[in-house]
Amino acid sequence: MTTDAFLDVQADNGRLDVDIELRLLLEGVFLKYQHDFRHYAVASLRRRVTQAMEMFGCATVSQLQDRVLHEPEVFAQMLQYFTVQLSDMFRDPAYFRALREQVLPVLRTYPSIKVWVAGCSSGEEVWSLAIMLAEEGLLDRTLIYATDINPKALRIAEGGIYSGERVAGFSANYLAAGGVRSLSDYYTAAYENVVFDRSLRQHMVFADHSLATDSVFSEVHLVSCRNVLIYFNRALQDRALQLFRDSLVHRGFLGLGTRETLRFSCLADSFHEIAPPLRVYQRG
Amino acid sequence: MSNRPAIDAVVIGASAGGVDAIGQLLSALPQDFGLPIMFVLHLPAGHSSLLPEVLGHYCRLPVCEALDKQPIAGGTVYCAPADCHLLVEPDFTLSLSIDDPVNFSRPSIDLLFESAAYAYRARLLAIVLTGASSDGANGLATVRACGGRAWVQQPAQAAHATMPSAAIARAGADAILSLPAMADALQAISTYSPNDNERQAHHD
Repeated sequence: MTTDAFLDVQADNGRLDVDIELRLLLEGVFLKYQHDFRHYAVASLRRRVTQAMEMFGCATVSQLQDRVLHEPEVFAQMLQYFTVQLSDMFRDPAYFRALREQVLPVLRTYPSIKVWVAGCSSGEEVWSLAIMLAEEGLLDRTLIYATDINPKALRIAEGGIYSGERVAGFSANYLAAGGVRSLSDYYTAAYENVVFDRSLRQHMVFADHSLATDSVFSEVHLVSCRNVLIYFNRALQDRALQLFRDSLVHRGFLGLGTRETLRFSCLADSFHEIAPPLRVYQRG
Repeated sequence: MSNRPAIDAVVIGASAGGVDAIGQLLSALPQDFGLPIMFVLHLPAGHSSLLPEVLGHYCRLPVCEALDKQPIAGGTVYCAPADCHLLVEPDFTLSLSIDDPVNFSRPSIDLLFESAAYAYRARLLAIVLTGASSDGANGLATVRACGGRAWVQQPAQAAHATMPSAAIARAGADAILSLPAMADALQAISTYSPNDNERQAHHD
């Protein structure tokens, strides 16, 4: 290595301190705000924190930490960076089709049904499930718990109001997922938005719940937790899966995102996959 | 090269023209190639799922689609799944993300390179091959800033020169090579690295 190249590496060694600063930031956030991101997968989180640094004009993670600890509104904004996943209604239609064809016929045999959408973000999936349950004649005896750690996302989820520009995509997904009517039967257009039917809302409970720090709150028949676990490290993934296992009734169902797998979890043996490419599992 | 640390992992990014280029590199690797290889290859939506199968035909090493939380094993080739970022965690497991595209790309070469650079630091080799975008240039700069090595395909010989040229302009390179020369150099790295007693001595 030439001297110049060596100096370049030395000069940029500060870059390698990012992970140290990141740990300090997460520890600080936990102590101050009780939001626990300490066991999130590092690579994505590092990227998001870097974006937050740019937005707040901070040159280092430590500078961002200073602001986050002393300005609660900065934390509130950063929470968006940490948590918000824009989803779509009936995202991955094949997943919803599998629920409709393979899971709902079993849920139908229960006198009352409880569904938990864990990490519901802005709620697209909650409303999708409600529509599907209504079409299968099951919504009247179903309660859907929709939980997230982000209060702002929960408010959006509860509102069921989405931009009209997104509706064409939602409708295409709805039909591909085996929808039997037209998605427009379930919403009314208001200005540039659509508002989903309030009668669906009666069967939903929205609540603040953390897969990192909270515990089981109800017995449920189906947990749908999609594209949440990929942002956790293995230890936190296992914690969440343990919660799901403990919440689910015997032979209850767990739905994960298309790119999520139980394969490397110590709870892999607690579930078996019923629709292999679609990540729908059943508790043993 | 001798005064730099040994290489523990290889990351590769390719875009337009990349199936042939990656195929050529992988087909040259010996069965006892000891390092893990992670790669991102941009393909039109719906084509990527066949990659492991297609490239597996060329390659003596197992080629698989990366799974979330998968521990990284030597002598294995991991391919980024369609429409999904592939990242390396500091504990040397793989992770996936569906965060927004970066530089119009998901999977993003930049994200793979950057995350691998933080995990492997100086013990990483990053390779940019043919492509018609500038993905990989920023990631390659991070790899070099963390002390890792950068090889770029000779732009004049690449099917599409844009991506290797952008990488060289943004990050520079330790070597600018034709594919056959790169394949030879990869073999040399592999025989140099595994169980090398001097590895720790070189680790600064």
